[in-house]
Formats: sequence, C-alpha cells, structure tokens
Amino acid sequence: MEKELLEKGQGNFGDVMIVGGGISGIQAALDLGTAGFKVYFVEKSPTVGGKMAHLDKTFPTNDCSMCIESPKFVECKRHPNIEMLTYSEVEKVEGEAGDFTVTVVRKPRYVDETKCTGCTVCVEYCPVKYPDQFNQGISNNKAIHIYFAQAIPLVTYVDDSCLYLKEGKCRVCEAACKTHAINFDQKPERMEIKVGAIILSPGIEPFDARVREEYHYGDFVNVVNALDYERLLCATGPYEGEILRASDRKHPHNIAWIHCVGSRQVTEGGNSYCSAVCCTYTQKQVILTKDHDDGARCTIFHNDIRSYGKDFERFYQRTENLPGVRFIRSYVSIEREDPVTKNVTVRYSTPDDGVKEEEFDMVVLSVGLAPPANLKGIADAFGIELNSHGFCKINPANPLLTTRPGIFVSGAFQGPMDIPESVLSASGAGSLCGEILSYRRGNLSKERVYPEERDVSGEEPKIGVYVCHCGANIGRIVNVPETVAYSLSLPNVVHAEESLFICSTEAAAMLAKDIEERGLNRVIVAACTPRTHEPLFRDTLREAGINQYYYDMANIREHCSWVHSKEKEAATQKAKDIIRMSVARSCHLEPLQEFDLPVDKRALVVGGGISGMTSALSIAKQGHEVWLVEKEKELGGMVRKLHYTLEGLDVQAFLKDLVAKVYNHPMIHVYTGATIPEATGYVGNFVTKIESSRGTAEIKHGATVVAIGADLYTPTEYLYGEDDRVMNHLELEERIAAGDEKVIGAKSAVMIQCVGCRNEERNYCSRICCSESIKNALLLKERNPDMDVCVLFRDIRTYGFKEDYYREAAGKGVRFIRYEPDKKPLVEPGKAEDGRDVLKVTAPDYVLGKGIELDADLLVLAAAIIPSAASQEVSKLFKVALGPDGFCQEAHVKLRPVDFAAEGVYLCGTAHYPKLMSEAISQAYGAAGRALTLLANDTVVASGSVCAVNEKQCMGCGACAPACTYNAIELRETKQGRKAEVIPVLCKGCGLCNSKCPTGAIQLKHYTDEEIFSQILAGLHKGDIMEQQDEAVGNA
Amino acid sequence: MSSEGQFKPKMLGIICNWCCYGGADLCGVSRFQYPTYIRLIRVMCSGRVDLKHILLAFANGVDGMFVGGCHINDCHYNPEGNYDAMSMVNLCKKLLEHIGINPKRLRLEWVSAGEGIRFANIMNEFAREIEELGPLGKSEGLETAELNARIEKMAKLVPYIKLEKMEKLALHDINGDYTKLYTSEEIDGLIREAPSYWIDPDRCQACMTCARRCPADAVISAKNQVHVIDQDKCIRCGTCLAACPERFGAVTKIVGEPVPPPLPEEKRAIVRKGKEGAGESSPVAG
Repeated sequence: MEKELLEKGQGNFGDVMIVGGGISGIQAALDLGTAGFKVYFVEKSPTVGGKMAHLDKTFPTNDCSMCIESPKFVECKRHPNIEMLTYSEVEKVEGEAGDFTVTVVRKPRYVDETKCTGCTVCVEYCPVKYPDQFNQGISNNKAIHIYFAQAIPLVTYVDDSCLYLKEGKCRVCEAACKTHAINFDQKPERMEIKVGAIILSPGIEPFDARVREEYHYGDFVNVVNALDYERLLCATGPYEGEILRASDRKHPHNIAWIHCVGSRQVTEGGNSYCSAVCCTYTQKQVILTKDHDDGARCTIFHNDIRSYGKDFERFYQRTENLPGVRFIRSYVSIEREDPVTKNVTVRYSTPDDGVKEEEFDMVVLSVGLAPPANLKGIADAFGIELNSHGFCKINPANPLLTTRPGIFVSGAFQGPMDIPESVLSASGAGSLCGEILSYRRGNLSKERVYPEERDVSGEEPKIGVYVCHCGANIGRIVNVPETVAYSLSLPNVVHAEESLFICSTEAAAMLAKDIEERGLNRVIVAACTPRTHEPLFRDTLREAGINQYYYDMANIREHCSWVHSKEKEAATQKAKDIIRMSVARSCHLEPLQEFDLPVDKRALVVGGGISGMTSALSIAKQGHEVWLVEKEKELGGMVRKLHYTLEGLDVQAFLKDLVAKVYNHPMIHVYTGATIPEATGYVGNFVTKIESSRGTAEIKHGATVVAIGADLYTPTEYLYGEDDRVMNHLELEERIAAGDEKVIGAKSAVMIQCVGCRNEERNYCSRICCSESIKNALLLKERNPDMDVCVLFRDIRTYGFKEDYYREAAGKGVRFIRYEPDKKPLVEPGKAEDGRDVLKVTAPDYVLGKGIELDADLLVLAAAIIPSAASQEVSKLFKVALGPDGFCQEAHVKLRPVDFAAEGVYLCGTAHYPKLMSEAISQAYGAAGRALTLLANDTVVASGSVCAVNEKQCMGCGACAPACTYNAIELRETKQGRKAEVIPVLCKGCGLCNSKCPTGAIQLKHYTDEEIFSQILAGLHKGDIMEQQDEAVGNA
Repeated sequence: MSSEGQFKPKMLGIICNWCCYGGADLCGVSRFQYPTYIRLIRVMCSGRVDLKHILLAFANGVDGMFVGGCHINDCHYNPEGNYDAMSMVNLCKKLLEHIGINPKRLRLEWVSAGEGIRFANIMNEFAREIEELGPLGKSEGLETAELNARIEKMAKLVPYIKLEKMEKLALHDINGDYTKLYTSEEIDGLIREAPSYWIDPDRCQACMTCARRCPADAVISAKNQVHVIDQDKCIRCGTCLAACPERFGAVTKIVGEPVPPPLPEEKRAIVRKGKEGAGESSPVAG
C-alpha cells in the first residue's frame, strides 16, 4: 500500500519497463533495480514466474525448478526499485528511446490486491470447477484461485469461468471473503507510464500439437505433451507427483517420447527451426521417470540428439546408461489407441528390424517452442518487426536489439533457448538499457528499509524449526512429520512445523508472523543447501525484526534425502541428527552487524576478444573506467579468423569497427601483449598487476570480467599436419575468404565432424562446429556449385534457427552422411577414377547399409574448441573455479550463468563454453550488466562473519597475524602486553587465524569454537543438548 | 529390523563452504549415493578446522573424521587456507598416532564444487575403511577409558603444540610433502618436553601481574595471597613466566619433573616484615 501511495505521489515515472515476467524478465528487473534504475515490471498472467514455474526440474543438474526460481519472485517483490504490474498488458508504446510513453492495461482481477490476504477461503466456497491452467488443465481448480502456491503477488483472481461473470449469478466468494477484497465492479484500468527504455521478454509458448492431427493430441487420452508430463512429474502437479494416466489413474510403466514435435518440420502447421531444448528436457524427463519408478521402460524416438550445451553430453550419456532406457533413431507415427486399455500404438523403423509397431502405456510428445501466442499484438503494440518464424527480428551482430531503438529483447523471444541463455540475455539487455540511461541512474531509486532489530540478547533461545518437504524431494524419503515431532522434543525449540515449500512467499510470510507472534529469536529451516537459499531466509528474519545471523539452515536435501534415497529410515534418523546439530549451534548464535565496503568504480576485463571488447565497451559506456588486457599483440581473439556468419554478417568489418570503438573510447585503457603476474583483493577492491611493453602497472578495480576465450584443438588424426589437403574448419573459412583457388576450384570436399571432442578425453560437444561446417559448405557451393561437398557427422546440431541453413545446405546438394564413434571414417591418399590424386575417405553408410568411399580434394576437420591455455593460470589468479572439462565454472548453471562464485568476478564468451559469436556477444553484455549491479553502487555489503579478539585471552604470540594475508590483523602494545586486533573491513571471514590461536582469543564470528564444538557434540549424540533432552525426558 | 552386530560407524566431516560443501551439494543434485552415517559441518574454509575440533570429536567417540577443502591453489581465500588444513591434519595424524589411535581415522581430501561424484566416491571409500577398522579403540586395542584419558591429555597440550609448531602450521610450500612435515620422533620429543609452570611461594609477592596477563585465567590470585597456578587450567603458554617482574623471578618452568603441590589455601597469606621496612629491605623471603 505504501508503494502505491508513493507511486501516486511521484507519478508514473520509471527508467525501464520490462514486459514479460518469466525468468528472463525477473533477472532483468533484479539487475536493473540493483543497478539503480526504477523498473516497471509488467506480466500478463496473474503472477510472475513464466514457463520455468511450470517445470518440475531443470537440466542438466535436475535442480528443482520452483525452488530456484521462487526466491527470485520474493526478491522482486521486496525490491524497492521494482514496481510489479501483474495481470497487465501493454497496449501501445509511443515516443522514442529515452522517452517512451507506454499504455498499460490492468485486467480486472475482481480481487483487491491490497485487501486480499491469500487465505483462499473464497476458493473453498467457489462452486465452479475449471481445468487448472497451471496444471495444464489435467486437474481442476476453481474459478477464483491463486495461480500457484508460490505466486507473487500471493492473491486470488477470478478467471473467465466465473459464473457471475458468465451468467450474472453466484457471488458466493464475495460473501465468504472476510476482508471484503472481492470486487466485481472492477474494470480494466488503463495507465500511462513514462520510461526511458523497454525490455521485451514475453517468452514462448509450447507448440500446440493439436494443429498436427497425426499426433492425436487431445484425441488419444494417453498422449500428453512434455509440459503436461512436467506437471505430472511435479509434487505440486495434478496428482501430487504421481505419474498417472488420465484414462485409468494408473501408473504408466512403458512410456515413449517422440522428439521434434512441431520442430524441424517444413510441413503444414510445423515449425522449420529446431527448438533447441527438447532433446535435453526429454532426457531429464526420462531420468525423473526412472527416479519415480525404477522399473519404468522408457523409449525415446529421436532424430539427431542435440546435446550441444555445457554438460549436456554427459547428461545424455547418463540417460542412455539407465536400465530400461532405449534411444531409437527413427521417424514415428502414432497409429491407434486401444479402445479398452487406451494404450497407444506407435509405428517406427530401425535399420535392423525394419518397420515395427509397439504399444505404450503413455506417449509424451516432446513439443517444441513456439513464439508467444499473440505475437501480432506484441509486434503492433511495441512497433517492432518479427522474423519469418514469428519470433523477434534481431540484429545479427547483437541479438539483444530489436528493430526499434530503445526496445531490447531478452529470453526465448529472440529464438528458442534454454534458461541460462534467457538469464544472461536479460542481464545483457539490462546493460544496454544502462548504456542509454546512465545519466539518470539513481535518480528514481530507493533504498530498502528494514524494521529496527529487536534486542533479544537477554532472552533464552526460542527456536523455531521449519521442516520442508520440498515437494516430494525431501518428503518422499525423510519422514517429515516424525522429524517435526522430534524437533519439538529438543531443548529450546518452542515451535516446529512442516511445509510443502518453505521457500514460497506464503511460507516466508508465515515464518515472519511466527517470529513476531511466537516470539521466536532463532530460526532453523531444515530444507536444502544454504548455498542457494540462506540469503532469502536471512532476509525474512530481517523483515521480521530479528538479526539475520540468528538463522541456521539444516541441509536435509542435498546432504540427506537425495543421497540416501533408498534408505528411508536411516535418512530420517540422519535428518533428525542434522536438525539437532543445528539446534545445538543455534543456541550459541550471536547477532552480527554487516558493514559497507567501498566499491572502486573501475573494472578490469581480461581477454580482448569479441566478448572482452563488447563487455569493456558496454561498461565504459555506462561511465566506468575499464582496463582491457589482452595477451596477444592485437585485439580480436579467435574472431580474427572468422569472416562470415551463417546469417551473412561481414565479421571482419564488424570486428574492425568494434576494435576502433574500443580504442577510441576515452574510458578504456587497452593493454595488448600483456600478462597478469599478480592479482589480489576482493569484491569492490581488487588490485591487479599488468605487465606489458609499457612496463608494470598496478591497477585498482571493483569488478573483474574474465573473457579469456578458448583455443582450437590441433588434430592428430586424419593426416592433419601431414597432408596439405587436410585443414581445420577455420582454416578453410580463411582460405575461402582469401579466394584460394585450390580450395574454391576443388572438385570435392569432405568434412569430418566431432574431431577431438565427444570422446573420452573431451566428453563434450563443441557446439559451433556443425554450424561452422554448414556455413563453409554453403560458401563452397555458392562459389563453386559443381563442387561435391560431403559432411560426415555424428549428430547434426544446428539448434534454433540454424536448422534452416542445414536444410538449405541439403537442398543445395551437400551430402550428409552419419558415422558412429566406433566406426570412424578412414582417410588415406589414393587416386580417383579420373586419375587425380585424392584423399580416399571411407565411412559406413547407415542408410544404404554398406560402406561408402569418397574422393576428397579437400578434407576439412571440425576441430574441437578446447579451454584456453591460460585458463588454469587465470583460475588461480582470480580464485575462480574450472569445471570438469576445463572451462570456467559459473556460480549456478541455470540462474547465475555469468557470475563466478567469487564475488565481483564475472565471465563471458568461450571461456565459459564454446559458443557462436552472437551468443558470445549476448553473454558479454550479460557480464557487463552483472558487473554494473556492483559498480553502480558506492558500497557493497560485507558479511558480519568476521574475526574478533578477546583481549583478555590474547597472549600476543603473533601466530594469527601472518596467517592473514588480507592484513586484517594488527598487533599493538597495551598495558597488558602485546595484543592482536582485527580490522573488520579487511577481514574476509576465512578463520585461518582462529585455528592458529593457542588460546582461542581470536574467534571467527558465526563459526566460533563454541558453535563448532556444539555441532560436533550434537552430531555424536553428546553434549548439552543430549543432557538437557535426557533431563526433559526424565522429568516428564 | 536391527542388524545386531553390524557396525555402523559414527563419522563427522568438517568441510569448506566453497568447494567441498558445493561438491557434496552436487553429489546430492546428481543423486550419487553414500552411506548414511556421516554428518557434515560447514565452515567457510578448511583452514578454519582446529586441532581442538578433531580431538574433541575423537574424545566423544567419532570413528572416522573427515576434513574437506578446495584443491590446492584453488582456495577461495587469498591466504590459501587449504595449506593450513593440510599441515594441521598431518600434525593431528601424528598426535593421534602418538596416543595410539590409528591415523587412518582422520582423512583430508580436496573436492571441488564440480566434483559430486568424487565426493560420493570418497564418502563410500572412507566409510568402508572405517567399517573395516571397527569402532574407535577396537583396532587400537584400547579401552574407552584409557583412550579418553589419553585424548584428554593431548587436547590439553593443544595450545602448547600450536605455539611450538606455529611456523609449520602456517607453512605454504607448493612442492612440500606434507605427510613428511612432522615426524614421530619430533612429536615424541614435543610431548616429552611439554613444560609446566609453577610459582615459588617463597618468591611470589602477590603483585597480580601474572594473573592479569594469564590468557587462560589459570592463576589463582588475590591481594596478599601467594599466587598459585591451576595446573588443570594452565595452557603452558609461559605468559606468566614472561610477566613476572624480574626482581621477583617467582615463576619457574618445569620440564620432565612433577610440579610441586600447591600451597594449601590457608597458608597463602603473605607475611611481610613490618610495615616500616617494606620500602627499603628486600621483601623476598630467605
């Protein structure tokens, strides 16, 4: 309410409007809000969350989707610079970049958001049962309901199935509502909002399989689409996490998935592009199905398996290796439904057995991604153009730009993409907004205000324990009610309860209420890992007026239910132990104060390739000085070898222009031929040495962007380096660009894909090589239409719109021949029929069933992209992690794709994983956007968990000071001799000094000896907690 | 239901937030399974783990103790705390050996946040190893009472050991073989030479200086009362020896001999020779 009053006072002025409340819009809103802009956040449905909220888990980590997304809802709601307008749509956008007037229509919820408490009494009384949109219409909901349990705002709305709205009678809900929140007089509300920039993130719709009758979706009851199946898997789904058939409510044990439904199809009703995510989400669904029912038989009918993303290849192998899982490469047709059993018969063919029919209990259609439903409306309202597929028409050199200046696009409206790409493009679009609105940053922003902290230091510990089911993630293994009862038996625990999702807003609100009403002064949440959720709950404590360090988390998911899924009893026992340890620790917790560290406003970008330059330029354009360090003598990185993109961009001209912009920018200092011998410091305050021909410079900076790129594998196979007719794909491109007659005039070219990766040594897909080879094939065909071009591949991975070029190449006569890794092509010098010297390439042909022999004048190897040679060194210098394949490891695969776990350090480009130029550019803007969330602020909050010295106990031995390379410990002379003293702002909270101190005088707060001792003892069924409990039992 | 006789070890792990805890999380995310008996404690850095923590766990019956950190040179913190953990654990293994506990019961490993499978493998392997060793004391052939007495005695020496081994505990040597950093002879000598401190009642002038300086509050003192060191509380740091005014020289360091019994409380009052003379003649008795 306060927010609304303020809004009226200020008028509808903002900096940026974000349209589309999925994960991409959420990320953009949070980044921009934190970077000092006032954001209007518009979402057409009754809550933010988007498609991600409908998913059960996310690949390739199988993280619980709602668990990782919903804390972001809460963050948005609590953010002082984010104004949410749900159930609202944009009608028109007038004006220009820097000065837009947007007309937004708020649809009537028929519920007053300011009065509704989310108690759902109205839902109980509502007589209308209506297929639940959130659960894909599989189960029913009421005409008045909350969209889903974690919805923000957590209020009801009335949908158009309402009896009163349809027939003018009922209004039962109105009478049931105690707060008089229901208001059927609400009318659509039109408002004008002035903003400087707009980010469009409307997302996607699943392909509607009804359009293609041959799938019998909506006709055969046990044919479901992948989003339906996602809901079936989910604990909050239509059957509470039981996978059931709609026909008989029985578990299906024999399930088939059909790939490419509505994707890679040029026939009527289908989409020609590849939807980019279906292969991997299908694998996820198979893994989850096997988790639910380890006897389930799963069959996947697929075309190419496109495991082109980071860790996707391993995920595919993991799926493939599960017992009872078959991957069958075949086109399929759905033949018939058994009239009695409602089983579905599928017809397919294999090279060995020919055409076959097989019956399944359930068929899941792996439907593709289609553009948002009212795409014409969006295009008209925003005055932007669409591409031929109905997605946003983007600039080939910068996928974040729409055709209208000042309006940017993030997420899957750019084209099919997965969650991390949606997230990083949101940060990138945020950075572009910052570039045009930098001058007004901070003018409209507000600070977050928390209530004053209650002093509980004189109180006995009063602990509340909340045990989370996490849907079924914990509850299916650990006996939650028993754990709650046990928690209540522990000393100092005054309250304990269970929760389906403790991370939901509703639960957070309840928790805050409990703190006030039950007088809790310590809170324990027994749920998932503190590494992701601790900040959310700490914030809840602050909001409830309790010091946030009175919070502790008992990890009974990652460290219990998930790792002991076969031992329910022992897992329950362990969960109790973990909670007991947490209770013991909580009794010793102390209130701690955080403090502000200054932020140096400058940035360092390591790596002067296309990513590093883009990132540096975007940061500089927002008024921050940037040092750009490149090890080579010239800027440009790997892109210097590229000349064309599939979409037809002149890469060298683009590069030249970018290099000039970088050199000409007064805020960018370029160091080429430079190395970094030393890097120290911490978030907001880094110190890095740069060595170059100009000597050694020591620079101070607040943020670091790691954009060190990648290298190209040097093949040892297929006569590479031994025969000059053999080259890699980049060398071919250079020679085409140079007009090399030997190349263009060749009679035949053979390309071999997957050279040096997708093998034991490099168990990943290099992502770009299929597109690169097809680009080269098209160029060769264009220059010399008579040339015989043949591509030997394992899976063609032209994901997204690149599929069109694959089709184009095939249409132009480029031959694509598949090989299997155990039967690699053989290459040897020989003679063609016409007597010319060629390289003889032999490979098995799976379609014709016999070996095939090709004569090659050119042999082109799609060599793998491998981690930069500098990655190990950079990892050590900047304290950042590398993943199992040697690429930089982001903080969270899904939701923090351009952050490192080390605060203040960001990553982009091929340092993260092989990627195409446009993707690298998108990510580079993303890293810049993330860096700005730090650099735009004067201070960064430092943890209250720092060391302190009990002077009486300090004997002045000096063991602590050298252990601290942050120089946070000083020894000074006092009347009582030499004593150590900690300078809190310099302390980083590692606690090394603590373990050196002979007397225990220096203690790391929040990890004191007392706290750790209590955990050790409680873990071993010893100590105070056991004695107190025994006593209580004895007294009872 | 209960499988009588089957040994289920008690195991604890103290692991760093940035790498090993992340690895344990990823292990969960990947659903790799390991035995249920291990309980984990999160610290920010493996270098935070203290000799005292490990000895406390053994004193309370832990059968296997695990310390997990980031791979060497991957530590999240500038001071590279995993070197500290490596030195401390190797020292602790020698201390355990000295009191007859199989050092295999203490294990240090590096697990990165990306190594879920490695975490599971280590847990499985370590659990198997401890299962084979049996309960604490069994493979050692020690009765619980004897074992606890020994651990308690060793735990009391921790402050002294930390002081004596200050430099080695902070050693950061990238090429160093930390398993050879401490030798058994060295530890034997260290324990043998553990000093005690004693206040000579004849020399003490009850000036309270040592009492004020003692970091462990181990000096029983009062005005005009001969000071006495509570040997139970004393951490053998020697602060009292350094603090005692040179002209009194009342504190003595004793090595290898028993400490004389403390003066009974009723005999601690200092008898000074006449008020007049106090200023000029030496107050020292004898």
